Amino acid sequence: MTTTTPSQISGRPWWRIPQRHVPVLATGALLLVMYAVGVSQYRAFSNVQVIFNVFIDNGFMLVVAVGMTFVILTGGIDLSVGSVVAMTAMVCASLLQAGVPAPLVLVIALLIGPTLGFLMGAVIHFFEIQPFIVTLAGMFFARGMCTLISKSSIPITDPFWTDAAQQRIGDPKGNFVSISVLIAFAVVVVAAYVLAYTRLGRNTYAIGGNPQSALLMGLPVAKTRIAVYTISGLCAAIGGILLSFYTLSGAPLIAVGMELDVIAAVVIGGTVLTGGSGYVFGTVLGVLVLGVIQTLITFDGSLNSWWTKIVIGGLLFAFILLQRLIGIRKK
Amino acid sequence: MSGRQPVLTMTAISKSFPGVRALDGVDFRMFPGEVHALMGENGAGKSTLIKVLTGVYSNDSGTIELAGAEVSFSGPMQAATHGVSTVYQEVNLCANLSVAENIFIGREPRTFGAIRWGEMRRRARDLLARLDIHIDVTQLLGTYSLAVQQMVAIARAIDIRARVLILDEPTSSLDAGEVEQLFRIMRQLRDEGIAILFVTHFLDQVYGMADRITVLRNGRLVGEYPTAELPQLALVEKMIGKDLDVLEGLDEQPKRELAAIEASTPFLRAEQLGRKGSVAPFTMTIHAGEVVGLAGLLGSGRTEVARLLFGADRADHGGVLINGKPSPLRNPVTAIGHDIAFCSENRRTEGLVGELTVRENIILAMQAARGWLRPIPRRRQDELVEKYISALSIRPANPEMPVRNLSGGNQQKVLLARWLITEPRLLILDEPTRGIDVGAKAEIQKLVVQLSDGGMAVLFISAELEEVLRLSHKIAVMRDRQLVTELANDDTVDAVRVMQTIASGTHHEGPNA
Ligand SMILES: Nc1ncnc2c1ncn2[C@@H]1O[C@H](COP(=O)(O)OP(=O)(O)OP(=O)(O)O)[C@@H](O)[C@H]1O
Ligand SMILES: [Mg+2]
Repeated sequence: MTTTTPSQISGRPWWRIPQRHVPVLATGALLLVMYAVGVSQYRAFSNVQVIFNVFIDNGFMLVVAVGMTFVILTGGIDLSVGSVVAMTAMVCASLLQAGVPAPLVLVIALLIGPTLGFLMGAVIHFFEIQPFIVTLAGMFFARGMCTLISKSSIPITDPFWTDAAQQRIGDPKGNFVSISVLIAFAVVVVAAYVLAYTRLGRNTYAIGGNPQSALLMGLPVAKTRIAVYTISGLCAAIGGILLSFYTLSGAPLIAVGMELDVIAAVVIGGTVLTGGSGYVFGTVLGVLVLGVIQTLITFDGSLNSWWTKIVIGGLLFAFILLQRLIGIRKK
Repeated sequence: MSGRQPVLTMTAISKSFPGVRALDGVDFRMFPGEVHALMGENGAGKSTLIKVLTGVYSNDSGTIELAGAEVSFSGPMQAATHGVSTVYQEVNLCANLSVAENIFIGREPRTFGAIRWGEMRRRARDLLARLDIHIDVTQLLGTYSLAVQQMVAIARAIDIRARVLILDEPTSSLDAGEVEQLFRIMRQLRDEGIAILFVTHFLDQVYGMADRITVLRNGRLVGEYPTAELPQLALVEKMIGKDLDVLEGLDEQPKRELAAIEASTPFLRAEQLGRKGSVAPFTMTIHAGEVVGLAGLLGSGRTEVARLLFGADRADHGGVLINGKPSPLRNPVTAIGHDIAFCSENRRTEGLVGELTVRENIILAMQAARGWLRPIPRRRQDELVEKYISALSIRPANPEMPVRNLSGGNQQKVLLARWLITEPRLLILDEPTRGIDVGAKAEIQKLVVQLSDGGMAVLFISAELEEVLRLSHKIAVMRDRQLVTELANDDTVDAVRVMQTIASGTHHEGPNA
């Protein structure tokens, strides 16, 4: 072991949790409490399928939230994701309707989001414009494209899509998840790996910590910044495809305001809005929290579904306060 | 050395910023295996020359040759891959990453693109051990002191197989022991044939380390000299371009009698004031018109004392009397209400707002003290700002310049001006002359004497003993987070005696022991 002197060690006993992990743990604890409440109130809640359904219903959102995590880690924000999700679904639906083969449709759909993200990232970096403004423009652009493609919803009947939508992967007891859930998990695992074990990931944290320092340390700030918006675009595109699996249609006004839910999930998951601190795992928990709230309110049956929003609002507030308190304590 | 080829030659480098010609036709060269000091006043262009060399800024004209081949780096990383490794003036690392990562980010050991964390940590530990720093490298950098952060930045730079190592004011936040540690490494690297560019405002460090000195003044080259052929006085004259009369006159003035000053009720009396884990309870008085020096090694608790007296940290022991009345200092707002001002050592994180202009930054504290509803008339602002810009020779003397664009030393002066302008009754100065050139340092010292003569109480914290000795009426000595003793600064007290007091005691540990 290394020797340390009082002025240098942070004076943390081994059982104390490092402060950077507190938000994630708080989210985890919250999730457990909510689950316990659910189980104690409603007998059916303890059914494993309830949890699986949370994943099935929120798989696309999880993927989008993972992309958002990258952006927020750099201290940026991406407001375009909801519209990009809708646009991707619309593009899929309309191309399939026009008879384009499914594999080609997938490729095209997976290209549009990242391209838009790349362009937004480049504008943000090279023209030094606020990410808020640039991605707001991206949001309007993508939403506009949706209605340009079609003013009304387009159904999807392609066999590949319907297969994907109906495929059930489950255990012998009859519990199951959809393909989307597996894809979402794959995205989570890859993203966690990228953030923890690649230079791109570490540079993302560095830029969020201090962009000026990152530059003077010789890190590729431009590349990284553009990359995170591209990744967010890619995740939104994947999310759009998963959504089209889920709804088997493309609708111009779907996923309106989704970007805000996604940001809420990321923040509740412990990622700090000013960047530099957070984990994909936290984001998974954040999405689950939102999903479980929704499920609880559905189970209740008597509550208006807008209660979801109210609870999310309260939680968001609580978590931002928590981050703030930790930030102050650190000083 | 003369027969050898320079490893680096910069020729006729010019660089302008809007409204400022930071470099004007500067030539600069370095030979392998030398320590080369780059000297000049605050704002002379030292850091700019370094940033042009390493591609942070592009030069308007001039050429850079590295080992005979012309180069033009796109940024610090490319410069590093060509063997030019740099520690910039301010600690430029990421507080939210671990120590190990800060050393290796961008150059992490990898297999198939995957970072090998274990190896990275091990190598970070080894590297820091070379600098005699033994810390947990998995902790976030932000949890360590500025001095440790500075050493980490240096560790990052020396790990790169460099031909040219650039250190822009690396010693400004280090204590004597750490400086010696750094010098040992520098000598070792120099003997390995690395050319080291060294910027500092400590003249004794220059004469202790440098083989050769290049002097800049106002963005122009004054000359390049072997250290042995340039006596200290001549160096200072070349830097400030005039005779040294500003530096004189302080020592001759007799200090006012301590007994006379201390006859009245003290302005502030700290009674067994302390805080767990920060400073052991201490008692201290500061009278109007008195300069109390706070001496001690880095990490001995000097800053912590200041923070307690300013209410920046909450005391959990003892209390404070102001003008004889118990006045708990709960937070900085109450302290400011009692006319206490605190000029922090940490100008980057606690001080200046880079986007605001020099004038706005200077006015900030005064405006806050008056309340935002009573704006200071613009005429008055201009007057005050003008006064302090010239008193502290802030350069460029342009009140409308964003502070971010000022050189490091000039930023420090702006911060000082901000607190001076509020005309506090107790001014706490934590390392006010750090990173400030000789001329301005003397100006600041003179100012402190003037202010205390005018009745201001001053708590003066500095790592430089001479400075403390020159200014203080009495000296409080800190060791291991305790106030060990208070010395009346009379004829019997000199640097040796204070050093002994700092060092004495059976169980003494420096911050890096
Ligand atoms: N980004 C910038 N924009 C505008 N002006 C700048 C910028 N950087 C530096 N300057 C100006 O260039 C001049 C030289 O600054 P520089 O930082 O090189 O000084 P220095 O010699 O390193 O001083 P110090 O000893 O205080 O660090 C100063 O007048 C400064 O105000
Ligand atoms: Mg400088």
